[in-house]
Amino acid sequence: MMNTPKELRYSKDHEWVRVEGNKATVGITDFAQSELGDVVFVELPANGVAVTAGKQFAVVESVKAVSDIFAPVSGTVTAVNDALTDAPETINSDPYGAGWIVVVELADPGELAALLDSAGYEKLTAEGGH
Amino acid sequence: MAEKTPLYETHRQYGGKIVEFGGWLLPVQYEGILAEHRAVREKAGLFDVSHMGEVTVKGPGALAYLQKVVTNDVTKLADGQVQYTPMCYPDGGTVDDVLIYRYGADDYLLVINAANIAKDWQWLQENAVGAAAALENVSAATAELALQGPLAEAILAKLTDAPLATLGYYRFLPSATVAGRPAMVSRTGYTGEDGFEIYCRPEDAAALWEAIMAAGRPLGLAPAGLGCRDTLRFEACLPLYGHELSAAISPVEARLTKFLSFAKGEFNGRAALARQVEYGPPRKLVGFALTERGLARAEYPVVADGRRIGTVTTGSYAPTLDKNLGMALVEAGYAKVGGKIAVEIRGKEVAAVIIPRPFYKREGKK
Repeated sequence: MMNTPKELRYSKDHEWVRVEGNKATVGITDFAQSELGDVVFVELPANGVAVTAGKQFAVVESVKAVSDIFAPVSGTVTAVNDALTDAPETINSDPYGAGWIVVVELADPGELAALLDSAGYEKLTAEGGH
Repeated sequence: MAEKTPLYETHRQYGGKIVEFGGWLLPVQYEGILAEHRAVREKAGLFDVSHMGEVTVKGPGALAYLQKVVTNDVTKLADGQVQYTPMCYPDGGTVDDVLIYRYGADDYLLVINAANIAKDWQWLQENAVGAAAALENVSAATAELALQGPLAEAILAKLTDAPLATLGYYRFLPSATVAGRPAMVSRTGYTGEDGFEIYCRPEDAAALWEAIMAAGRPLGLAPAGLGCRDTLRFEACLPLYGHELSAAISPVEARLTKFLSFAKGEFNGRAALARQVEYGPPRKLVGFALTERGLARAEYPVVADGRRIGTVTTGSYAPTLDKNLGMALVEAGYAKVGGKIAVEIRGKEVAAVIIPRPFYKREGKK
């Protein structure tokens, strides 16, 4: 059974968002890591770059697949999880915790309304996830 | 419409993640590619390779026919022996790479790649016109399991009285009994480990799978999917048709010249391949390691001296070596071990160095 924490918001591209004040922590969902399989490489953005909702900002590669990671919200990257460079498998073992990818300072908190809640995301993945 | 092997339901019961591969529905993984890869290197893994094709060649002209269609010298085979050989077009391009099993002087089995069955069958028949050899495509009547890893012999020995301990590499037992079922057992594989390939009737495949799993579980045997089959063969630098070999890639370019016999007489592709050997092929297959962060994938461009010099044929994280490696077909002038190249990954050049192949070789190879 996939883990979909209630307190998070989700994108249709299988990223999650944890909002605290005007900052959003972003990662990929348990469903996404499970579909990808063993993650062996992560390409992270630089700290301070601007990201745009719906645009690719990172790459996660498993043994078999290359997956673009899309920003669920627009803003400025204020923290990058550099630990993933040496331990990309953390995305598999703890996708909502130590497997976080970046923190984004929100440019437009109104964008959060476009994201799914956990029930909406579970419905999406139950339908096949695409 | 993708086809199912006789083990399709078994894979689902074992939690296999089913994908389509070469027109077949097969598990890419069960527990995970890295865990299964490790199981095969350290203990053992069980694969369903029933998608592979099988063609029998029988008759007084069988040997002469095979000598013409494949590049290796089939007269070197004795009964009970297996040979690896490319099969080429007249221009030297590769139709397929196959295993030949000799049952008798007039009785052979070819094992061919799943994705090539229709093409190979047509090619084999076209070349059989006028030959005193009868061909039969027995692919649908043949299932195949691969038990691979250092503990493969200990596991299989629990299920058969067949003399596995004295069965050498690339030798086979035509009529063994495994777990009470008739099977042909060969000491062959596609993982770089010791192991066996077990050919059986489709209706016996599920029972054999269960018997092998039951015998092997206590020793660490894991069901293994196509994902680790690819990473295992990649580390051992075994070619995969469609990547390291194709109609546009000759065995000489793929560094398989030791499987060509120019001494045996005429065969398909002989003149073209002999020219490539004499003058050197324009391109050569190399192994490389990325020396900067990145992961190379098939089809990525290879560059050097500011221009494109080749293409990645397979690239992957190599689990046993914990390195990001690849194989590439490059201009022959750049094929030297130690040479500096770069792989273009998402528009950026990532530095790499050419390294010796294979990347992985097991200890005490039989």
